[in-house]
Amino acid sequence: MEEKEKIATPDELQEYFINMGPQHPSTHGVLRLLVSLKGEMVQSVQPHVGYIHSGIEKMCESITYPQIIHLTDRMDYLSAHINNEAVCLNVEKALEVDIPDRIKVIRTIMSELTRIQSHQLWWASFGMDLGGLTCFFYGLRDREKVLDIFEETCGGRMIVSYSCPGGLMYDIHPNFQKRVKDFIKYFRKILPEYDQLLSGNVIFHERSKGIGKLTKEDAISFGITGPSGRASGFSCDVRKHEPYSAYDRVHFNEVLLTEGDTFSRYIARIEEMRESMNIIEQLIDNIPEGPFTVKMKPVIKLPEGEYYQRVETARGELGVFVISDGNKNPYRVKFRSPNFCNLSVLDHISRGFKIADLVAIGGSLDLIIPDIDR
Amino acid sequence: MLLDIVINKSVTALSVPWWKVVYDFSALTEWIDKSLHNAMSPFWTTIMELLIIGVLILLFYALVGLFLVYAERKVCAFMQNRLGPNRVGPFGIFQTIADLFKLLFKELVPIKNADGFLFNLAPFIVIIASFMAIAAIPFAKGLQAVDLNIGVLYVIAVSAMGVIGVLLAGWSSNNKYSLIGAMRSGAQIVSYELSVGLALITIVILAGSMQLSVIVEAQRDGWFIFKGHIPAFLAFIIFLISSTAETNRGPFDLAEAESELTAGYHTEYSGIKFAFFFLAEYINMFIVASIAATVFLGGWMPFHVGHWEGFNHIMDFIPPFIWYIGKTFFVIFIMMWFKWTFPRLRIDQLLTLEWKYLLPINLVNVLIMAFIVLMGWHF
Repeated sequence: MEEKEKIATPDELQEYFINMGPQHPSTHGVLRLLVSLKGEMVQSVQPHVGYIHSGIEKMCESITYPQIIHLTDRMDYLSAHINNEAVCLNVEKALEVDIPDRIKVIRTIMSELTRIQSHQLWWASFGMDLGGLTCFFYGLRDREKVLDIFEETCGGRMIVSYSCPGGLMYDIHPNFQKRVKDFIKYFRKILPEYDQLLSGNVIFHERSKGIGKLTKEDAISFGITGPSGRASGFSCDVRKHEPYSAYDRVHFNEVLLTEGDTFSRYIARIEEMRESMNIIEQLIDNIPEGPFTVKMKPVIKLPEGEYYQRVETARGELGVFVISDGNKNPYRVKFRSPNFCNLSVLDHISRGFKIADLVAIGGSLDLIIPDIDR
Repeated sequence: MLLDIVINKSVTALSVPWWKVVYDFSALTEWIDKSLHNAMSPFWTTIMELLIIGVLILLFYALVGLFLVYAERKVCAFMQNRLGPNRVGPFGIFQTIADLFKLLFKELVPIKNADGFLFNLAPFIVIIASFMAIAAIPFAKGLQAVDLNIGVLYVIAVSAMGVIGVLLAGWSSNNKYSLIGAMRSGAQIVSYELSVGLALITIVILAGSMQLSVIVEAQRDGWFIFKGHIPAFLAFIIFLISSTAETNRGPFDLAEAESELTAGYHTEYSGIKFAFFFLAEYINMFIVASIAATVFLGGWMPFHVGHWEGFNHIMDFIPPFIWYIGKTFFVIFIMMWFKWTFPRLRIDQLLTLEWKYLLPINLVNVLIMAFIVLMGWHF
C-alpha cells in the first residue's frame, strides 16, 4: 500500500467539485449546480433540480380551470401574467369562446409590461452577477414603476392573476392608459442610462463577448427559446410565428442576433424591451370599448380531448398541454417551461470557461428556479 | 500628593502659543517629551511614549475604520439612488458603531476540520500588517510616529504582508470557495505589488528620497503630480488602479467575489474575526489613499504655486491636518466611485491588465521620469 507522492503537472491537475447552491448568491434561488473544476476551469456542470419542487402539475389535476390560473403565477413569477394568459387561451380555445378585442388588447399590453419588468429585473441581477452592484438598484427602481401600474390595475404587484378564462378579472383602472404612457416616456429616456452603466463598459465587454457561445444548431437541438435562443439566430418568437391575442395586429421586429454569446443574449433582451415599448405604444391609444369579460358557464368543463397552447414568456416558449376527460378538472396538465430547457444547455456552453464565466453565462440565460421545478 | 509634585515639577511651558500647534505638531510632541523626561528616567520615558503612541494609533485606527464603513455606505447609497443608513443617530452616524457591537457579540463559530491555529492567526496577521503601515504615515507637520529614511519601502513591504493572512485564512478554512479566493488574492497582490512599487519609484526619483517627510517637504513649491509633468500623472493613475487591486476592492475584488465565491477567503469567519478582515480592508484603503495623497498630492502640504507668495500664505492658514484629510478622502472617494460603477474583472483579465499593460507602461514611465530629472525639465 505504498503510494509515492507525485507532483502534478499542470496538465494533470486534480479535478475537484464544488457545490454552487442550493444557497448561493448567483443561482438566484435554490438551484444546485455540481461544478467540476480543474483550477478555475469548469470541466462540467451538473444541475440538480427539485429543491423547490411544488407539484404544480399534479395539483392542477385536482382543481378547476379558473383555479389553475393562480398556480401558474407561481411558476415563472416574473412572467406571471403571460403564464395566466397561456392557460386562459387554452381553455378558451377548447371551449371555442369568441374573445372580444378589448380583452385581447389589454392582455397584450399587460403581457408586454410583464416582459419589460422581467427584463428589468434580469438586467439588475445580471449586473450584480458580474459585480456591478449599482445595476441592481437602477433596475429595481424602474421596475417599481411597472409594478405600481400592476397594483393599480389588479391589486397584485408580482402575482397578478389578472386573466381568467373568458376575459379579465377586472376592468382596467381609469388611470391605466395615462400611467402606461407616462412610463413609456420615462423608460425611453432612462434606457440609455442602462447602456452607459453596463452595455458600453469595457470590463463588461471583456467579460461577456465570446463567452458561452451557443450555435444555432445547438440552440435548436436543446430547445433554447426566448431571447437566449434568438441571440443565436434561432427564430423562435411565438408572437410572430403563431400570433395569439392582439399580436397579429401590431408591427414589431423579432430581435435576431447571430453571435450567440453572453453579450448577444444581453443585447437581445435590451432590444426586446425597446420592441415591447413599441408594441405598447401601438395599442395603448386604441383599446376598443366593450366588455372586459365574456359570460362563461359557472362550472367550466372542457370537452374530452387534448389541448395545447403556447405563448412567448419573457424567457421563451411556454407550452400548456391539457388532457381533459370532460370533468371540471383536467385529467393531466403538462407545462413545457422555457427555463427547464434553457438550463439544460448550461453544461454544454460553459465547459472550458472559468468559474466567473459560469456565473455570467448562468445570469445571461435568465433562469427562474420555480419554473424549472414546477 | 506624589502625583501633584511630579506634575508640578515636570510640566514646562509650551514653546509656542497653543493655537499654533495645529500648524506644527512638533512643538507639542517636544513638550510632551520634555515633560516626561523631567518626571522619569529615559528608559521609562521611551516606554511611556510608545504607550501613548500605541493608544493614539489604536484609537485613530478604530475611528477611521468606523468612519470609512459609514462613508462607504453613504457614498454607495448616493451612487445607487438610496438614502443609506439614516436611523441610528443623526444621519445614521452611529449605525456602524451599532454594527460593531453586533459583531462583537456574535458567536465565533468553530469550524470542523479547520486548521485551528492558522484559522485563528489569519485575521491578526491581516490587521497587524495594516496597523504597522500606519506608523510611518505623516499626518501633519510633526505628527508622524516613525520617520524612517526608507519610509516608502517600509509601507509597501508592510502592507503587502496582509496577503499572508489572506492566504492562511483561505487555506485553513477547509473550504473550497475560501481556497479559490485566497489563491486569487495571492496571484493578484503579488502581481500588483510591482505596479505599486514602480509607480512610487517614479516619484522617489523625482523627490530624490524615500523618506516620507522629505518627500512632503520637497512639494513645498508645488505638488509632485503637477511638478512631474505627464509621468507623474501617469504614475498617479497607475498607483490608483494597482492599489485598488492590492486592497482587494472595487472592480478587483476577486478574492471575495460575492456572486462567484459567496465571500471568498472569509466565508467561514464570523463575529469579531470577520470584523477584523472587514476593518483591515477599510484601513488598507485608507493607507493606500494616504500614500497616494502624501506622494502625489503633497500630503499635509498646502496647495502652493511656485513664487506666488501671497497666495501661498493664504493657503498656509488652513491647518496641514485638514489638507491631509481632505486629500486622503478625495482619493478614497475616487476609489469608492469606481468600485460602485464597474463590474468585476475575471482573474485572467486582471493579470493581463497588470503584466501586459500596467507593467510595461510603468517601466517606460520610470525611464522618462529619470530622463526628465536628469535634464532638469521638471518645475
